[in-house]
Amino acid sequence: MSTQQSRSAAKVMLAPAVVLLMAWMLVPLSMTLYFSFKKYLPLRGGDLGWVGFDNYTRFVSSSSFWPAIGTTLLIVGGVLFITVTLGILFSLLLNQPFWGQGIVRIMFIAPFFVMPTVSGLVWKNMFMDPVNGFFAHLSRAFGSEPIQWLSQESILSLTIILSWQWLPFATLILLTAIQSLDSEQIEAAEMDGARLLGRFWFIIIPHLARAITIVILIQTIFLLAIFAEIFVTTAGAFGTKTLTYLIFQRVLESQNVGLGSAGGVYAIILANIIAIFLMRIVGKNLSD
Amino acid sequence: MSHIHLKDVSKKFGDTEVIPPLNLEIKDGEFVVFVGPSGCGKSTLLRLIAGLEDVSSGRILINGEDATEVSPAKRKLAMVFQSYALYPHMTVRKNIAFPLRMAGLSSTEQGKKVEDAAKVLNLSEYLDRKPGQLSGGQRQRVAIGRAIVREPQAFLFDEPLSNLDAALRVGMRVEISELHKRLATTMIYVTHDQIEAMTMADKIVVLQNGRIEQVGTPLDLYRSPLNVFVAGFIGSPKMNIIEGPQASKYKSASIGIRPEHIAISDSTGTWKGTIGVSEQLGSDTFFHVKCEFQDQSITVRAIGGLELAYGQTVFLTPEKEHLHRFDKDGLRIK
Amino acid sequence: MARASSKRSKIINSLIAWTLGLIIFFPILWIIILSFKTEGDAIRSPIAVVISNWTFDNYFVVQDRSDYFKHFYNSVFIALGSTFLGILIAVPASWSMAFVPSKRTRGILLWMLSTKMLPAVGVLYPIYILFIALGILDSRIGLVVVLMLMNLPIIVWMLYTYFREIPEEILEASRMDGAGLREEILFVLAPMALPGIASTVLLNIILAWNEAFWTLNLTAAKAAPLTAFIASYSSPEGLFYAKLSAASVMAIAPILIMGWFSQKQLVRGLTFGAVK
Ligand SMILES: Nc1ncnc2c1ncn2[C@@H]1O[C@H](COP(=O)(O)OP(=O)(O)OP(=O)(O)O)[C@@H](O)[C@H]1O
Ligand SMILES: [Mg+2]
Repeated sequence: MSTQQSRSAAKVMLAPAVVLLMAWMLVPLSMTLYFSFKKYLPLRGGDLGWVGFDNYTRFVSSSSFWPAIGTTLLIVGGVLFITVTLGILFSLLLNQPFWGQGIVRIMFIAPFFVMPTVSGLVWKNMFMDPVNGFFAHLSRAFGSEPIQWLSQESILSLTIILSWQWLPFATLILLTAIQSLDSEQIEAAEMDGARLLGRFWFIIIPHLARAITIVILIQTIFLLAIFAEIFVTTAGAFGTKTLTYLIFQRVLESQNVGLGSAGGVYAIILANIIAIFLMRIVGKNLSD
Repeated sequence: MSHIHLKDVSKKFGDTEVIPPLNLEIKDGEFVVFVGPSGCGKSTLLRLIAGLEDVSSGRILINGEDATEVSPAKRKLAMVFQSYALYPHMTVRKNIAFPLRMAGLSSTEQGKKVEDAAKVLNLSEYLDRKPGQLSGGQRQRVAIGRAIVREPQAFLFDEPLSNLDAALRVGMRVEISELHKRLATTMIYVTHDQIEAMTMADKIVVLQNGRIEQVGTPLDLYRSPLNVFVAGFIGSPKMNIIEGPQASKYKSASIGIRPEHIAISDSTGTWKGTIGVSEQLGSDTFFHVKCEFQDQSITVRAIGGLELAYGQTVFLTPEKEHLHRFDKDGLRIK
Repeated sequence: MARASSKRSKIINSLIAWTLGLIIFFPILWIIILSFKTEGDAIRSPIAVVISNWTFDNYFVVQDRSDYFKHFYNSVFIALGSTFLGILIAVPASWSMAFVPSKRTRGILLWMLSTKMLPAVGVLYPIYILFIALGILDSRIGLVVVLMLMNLPIIVWMLYTYFREIPEEILEASRMDGAGLREEILFVLAPMALPGIASTVLLNIILAWNEAFWTLNLTAAKAAPLTAFIASYSSPEGLFYAKLSAASVMAIAPILIMGWFSQKQLVRGLTFGAVK
């Protein structure tokens, strides 16, 4: 089908979505770009004129920039490592026959549905609190000193919280991918005498490669943008300031909009670099 | 009720011209069949008439009015698709009533017309089932029911029987023909099965590469095919086409003779050959005879039960009055 | 031999799977337990917590003290509103791209996806001042619009992949039957794509319900949904474990139930159809 009529109808029907998204993207983006070239302090004088690339250089040369990059990399890298490794193991496990599959699966994916503020606060108070937290009680039961999780092991703590939240995502996607693996293929390999480990490395992992890539890319995009978990736990203290959080503080807390906007532009560029890889994969899928 | 006229209609998909400009007139109440090999543009032509595709040039007149720009919903034509295209989420009753609902009929009127159509098509028991719970033949009937309730100007069928098994196909063929007799509405029917074309059509349109090769009654096409393509396409088994010196004898580039117009004898005849494969159908026997002047064997139809051994020498005699002569362009020599 | 060993491996698998499942699920289980304890009991050692008395009080206290249901209502309004609006805009757009594809369709789809990947913090201030200028800061409508725009690419994508599975001939049949565009979409396409639309709706409600960047930054007392309400417990006074637990349980329960129904479609939605 495509008659002139249906083609013009299609244009009209597509227009609202395209126009809205275009506005949603272009208007704030151009404003961010605009502010990033200004000295703009809403509470301390407002618009203080054009400053060229000043904000960009100041943002990267500020003392908090490199620590924020380090924190971001540590957290994103740590969470990716944990969720992908455990995700592969868990998905292999969940693909085996066992009793109560339905219930166990729900238990595995449940954390993904917990809103970020809840998971942040529950972990912070009920588990990682050095006095009343579950872990503190456990430590004391074993006669050791409770760990000051969120102040002394802050990055590890956040990595644990975020991994708990994102593990279900990785597991679920990898499980779906495993289920599409031809069981005949595995049986054929078994007939060929491939041992368990051989099957894992030469059949399952290559089959999962695409899904793993997708998990990594999507999680990276979301993890770079995490906010609420830090906001309710450490509020950026104890070295947990990520790039996103740093920008947030510059913009809303210290109301240095020009500087924050320059940071925002960096974040956008960073996200786009990752997005390009993701779009390649998704786009390839679209054409077949 | 309706008269459809295609004037210089052509269709391009991108840069490829699928249908070069063609003219065709379909008279009121006619049963017209489009036949041709796969990919020749039958469906495309039908969809142009339906309005599901735009013409690239030319006009389509329905009852003398220009319908080229009219949307399919407003052309008052009904179409039966190869896949039946039933609405899977609606019951048979709702499926058949759908065009009436779109036309804004009251639900009592809808109900009555659906019941009537169901009775005609033997669907009354199935009205409350969903299409998924019906057999192929029943689905086919629902699709026809959906087409007839709205009393369209014309029916368009796109290979409606190709998904049915052989036995059912013969039955449905007769049913559709009867439907045409009773309703006397124009029907345009697409098929690549020449038996369907021969048995159902008032008028056959033979297409090749989007071009109309010949238009005529089934017997016209059988008796005087305008060219080698039509000669080969109409009739079953295919007409034998013979080229070379044997054709020159008749002052033509090629000659055609149907299997049923060749006499076979073990002693005398025009062409000498040896028996190859023989097919016993009970009523008839088909022999594939190998002659030295032709690589391709010649098919001969003989009475049922005739047995000739493989490799046996036979003589063939074509009936002169049924011999078709074609020139070097494949066109019929009068 | 094969039987016995497979039976044994099933037992071992079950043991491992249940143990790991319980560990993963434990934080949720734990707050469910805590939500039925008194504040005093909730901070005791785990064993003491479990054997202490059970109570429903927290659920009432949360409502009385902090007007819990106002925030719950805000969450419902924002999640449903943004989803409804998104579907309304996405259905026609997806119809266009699925059934009248053009050379640009692929580009448009990928571009839509790319807007989803824009880091929100990069445009925080512009949105913030736009909201002030439009007078929709701390309003439910404002959040409905932002969350709708944020999730629109996912909705369009999901619907697009579902629509593509519907045979075009059926839509053409409806056109031949006299249906206009509106009827075609309303009576034929939408009912046929209903399972797909339903899972799109579910996923979108989940995403909107849990969204915690814009809801935290663009609301104050009035329009704060549960995400923001729960965040107010980050600087609490006095004992609050039991109340926080009760509030959390109520905040996550509806979504847990929905998520359970939509596990399968979730994957498709979250990976933009790249993993099925
Ligand atoms: N939408 C389209 N875009 C490009 N080419 C098309 C399109 N639809 C059909 N074609 C081409 O037009 C030609 C005619 O197709 P059509 O479907 O009309 O053939 P047909 O005679 O119905 O064949 P069949 O007997 O196999 O159904 C084919 O070569 C086909 O590849
Ligand atoms: Mg066809």
